[in-house]
Amino acid sequence: MNETLIPVVGVITEVKLDTPDIKNFRVVGRDGKKPFIHKPGQCAMVSLPGIGEAMFSITSSPTNEDYMEFEIKKCGCLTTWLHMLEPGQEITVRGPYGNAFPVDDAFVGKDLLIIAGGVGLAPVRSVINYCRHYRDRYGKIDIVYGSRSKEDLAFYDEIVSEWMNPDEKDVNVHLTIDREQENWDGHVGFVPNYVKELNFSTDKTVIMCGPPIMIKFTLAGLKECGFDEKQIFTTMELKMKCGIGKCGRCNIGSKYVCKDGPVFRMDELSELPDEY
Amino acid sequence: MLKILRSQLDELFALIAEKETLYIPTDATAGIAQFKKWENGMKMSDKLKTSRSAKDFFFPQTEDLVSFKKTGKKIDIIDPRTETEDFVIFGVRACDCRSFDILDRVFLAEPVDTYYKNRREHGTVVTLACSKPAETCFCQTFGIDPTAPAGDVSAWMTEDAVYFNANTEKGNAFVDVIKALATESDDTAVEAQKAATKEILAKLPIQNLKTEAFGGGKTEQYFKSPEWAELSEACLGCGTCTFVCPTCQCYDIRDFDTGHGIDRFRCWDSCMYSDFTKMAHGNPRLSQKERFRQRFMHKLVYYPENNEGIFGCVGCGRCVEKCPISMNIVKVMRTLAKEDEGK
Repeated sequence: MNETLIPVVGVITEVKLDTPDIKNFRVVGRDGKKPFIHKPGQCAMVSLPGIGEAMFSITSSPTNEDYMEFEIKKCGCLTTWLHMLEPGQEITVRGPYGNAFPVDDAFVGKDLLIIAGGVGLAPVRSVINYCRHYRDRYGKIDIVYGSRSKEDLAFYDEIVSEWMNPDEKDVNVHLTIDREQENWDGHVGFVPNYVKELNFSTDKTVIMCGPPIMIKFTLAGLKECGFDEKQIFTTMELKMKCGIGKCGRCNIGSKYVCKDGPVFRMDELSELPDEY
Repeated sequence: MLKILRSQLDELFALIAEKETLYIPTDATAGIAQFKKWENGMKMSDKLKTSRSAKDFFFPQTEDLVSFKKTGKKIDIIDPRTETEDFVIFGVRACDCRSFDILDRVFLAEPVDTYYKNRREHGTVVTLACSKPAETCFCQTFGIDPTAPAGDVSAWMTEDAVYFNANTEKGNAFVDVIKALATESDDTAVEAQKAATKEILAKLPIQNLKTEAFGGGKTEQYFKSPEWAELSEACLGCGTCTFVCPTCQCYDIRDFDTGHGIDRFRCWDSCMYSDFTKMAHGNPRLSQKERFRQRFMHKLVYYPENNEGIFGCVGCGRCVEKCPISMNIVKVMRTLAKEDEGK
C-alpha cells in the first residue's frame, strides 16, 4: 500500500547558491537514483526532520533521469535551515503531489508563452526543459522572465548557456529586471508591462508563475491584448501539510490545491473564491 | 432481532470484552460522559451523548505518523505503528455514526489514509438509538433518523432490555458472540420506542432546518454575503467547535524532538486559527471573518459539492452546547438562508 505520509530518504548531492537568497539543491535517493518520477508542475514535500516539512515544486524536468532538483528561496524557518545544508546531508522527500501542466495534451502543437517572476521560474523551468527535450512536439517557445536585479535572476547561467544558445530552435528568451544597474544592457521594467510591450500574438498558450501581484497585472494585460482565460495556465501555492487533500489547509472552495492543483487554468481559478 | 435483558448488561460487556477491546460511554469524573475502555464493574452512562464525539476512535486527537533517527548527516525512517487490535465501540449515537461516513469520504478517498483505514477496519460500531433527544439535536435536518441508527449493529435500549440488529458482516460476527446471552425477539418494543421518540422529536425546536438553501454550487451566492462580518464578530477563534465536531477533520503535522530522535505526529487542527493558512510569505485568511466563513462554507457548500450533496454536519448539537459565545451552525444557516424573515 502506498504510505503517502511516510517519506523516503533523499541525499543532497549538490548545493548551488543561485541568487543571493535562492539555492538549488540536487537530490537523489540513497540508491543514487531519483527518489521518484514526476510530471512537470508536480511538487514534493521536502523535510528536515525536527525542523519541518513543506511543499516545493520539483524544478528539474522529468527528462532528467539522474537527480531531482529543488530551487528554494530562503524566506521562512524551514528554508533557512535548508540553506545551511551541505552536500551529503540527508533530508526526506515524499511525493509527487498534485496535477501537472498538460505538457502531453493541451500544450502539444501550441506556441508557448512562459511568463515568470523571481523564484516563480522554478515550477515552469520543469516545463521549459521538458518542452526543449521533446522540441518537435511544440511550436515556438517564448520565455519572459523578470526579477528585481540581474543577481536575482534564477538559473541565469542555464538561461544564457542553454535557453539563449543560438542553436536552440525557436526559443526566445526575454529577460527584464526591475531597476537599471551596471553590467545590464537588457530590458528594464516590470514583467506585466514588458509582456504588453512585446505584443505577442494571441494564439499562444500561456504558462505563468510568479508573485501574486505579477500574476494579477500580467493577467489583466494579457486579457487586454485579447488572450482568453482558457489559454492561460498558472500554478498555485498555499500552506500544505498532508499533500493529499485531507489536512484541509490548502482548501479553496471545493478544491484542494495540493490534489486538484497546483496547476489551474485561469478560467477554473476564476471560479474559485478569491482566497489565495 | 436479538434481545438481552438490561440486568444482563454486565454479563454482555464481559462476554464482548473477552474477545475484543470494548469501549462504552460511561460517566467519568464530574459526570462527564466519555467513551472508556470497559473494565469489570463499569456502568454505562445514560446521558444522551458523550462530551467528545466518537471520531477519536478512528481519527485520534494526536497520533504518531513516523519517527526519524538522525546520526550525523544520516536519517533513518521508522514506521512506528504496531498491529491494531480489533475493538468494539458500544453505544454510538446515530449522529456520530453518520460522521464516520463523512470522515470516510475524506480519509478513504485516494490516496487512502492508511492510519485511518486500519482503525476503521478493526473497529465494530454498535450504535444505540436515541430515546431522549435534546433541544440541541438537529440530526433530522441532515436526514438522520436517531431512532434507527446505522453502524455494524443497531441497538435499542428500553426500560428492561436491549435489542440488536446486525447490518454488516462485522455486525454478524458481533451478534454471533452475544448469542449465548440473547433470545430471539420481535420488534414490538422497539417500534413502540421509536414511535414515542418520534413524538419528542416532532416538538424539538431545531430538528428541521432548511437545507435546500445550501449545497454544492452555492459558493458565489454565499461567499461574499455581508452577513459573515456580523456572524463572526464575536467569535473568539478558540476552535472549540472544531474539536467537539464529529466531522471536522483538518489536521496539523508536527515534529517533536524526543532527545533520542524525532517523532512526527499529526494532531487535530482548526481552520478557525490564524496559523492555519499562514505561510512564510503571507496569509490568505487574515481576519477571523474569513476563517469563520471557511468553516461553515466547507460544511454547507464545499463538502456537499465534492460528496453528492451530503452536508459536513450531522446535527449532534455539540457546537450549539459548547460555543463560549453561543454562535453555531444553526444560527449561520438561519441567517444566510434568511429563515427568520417573514416570521
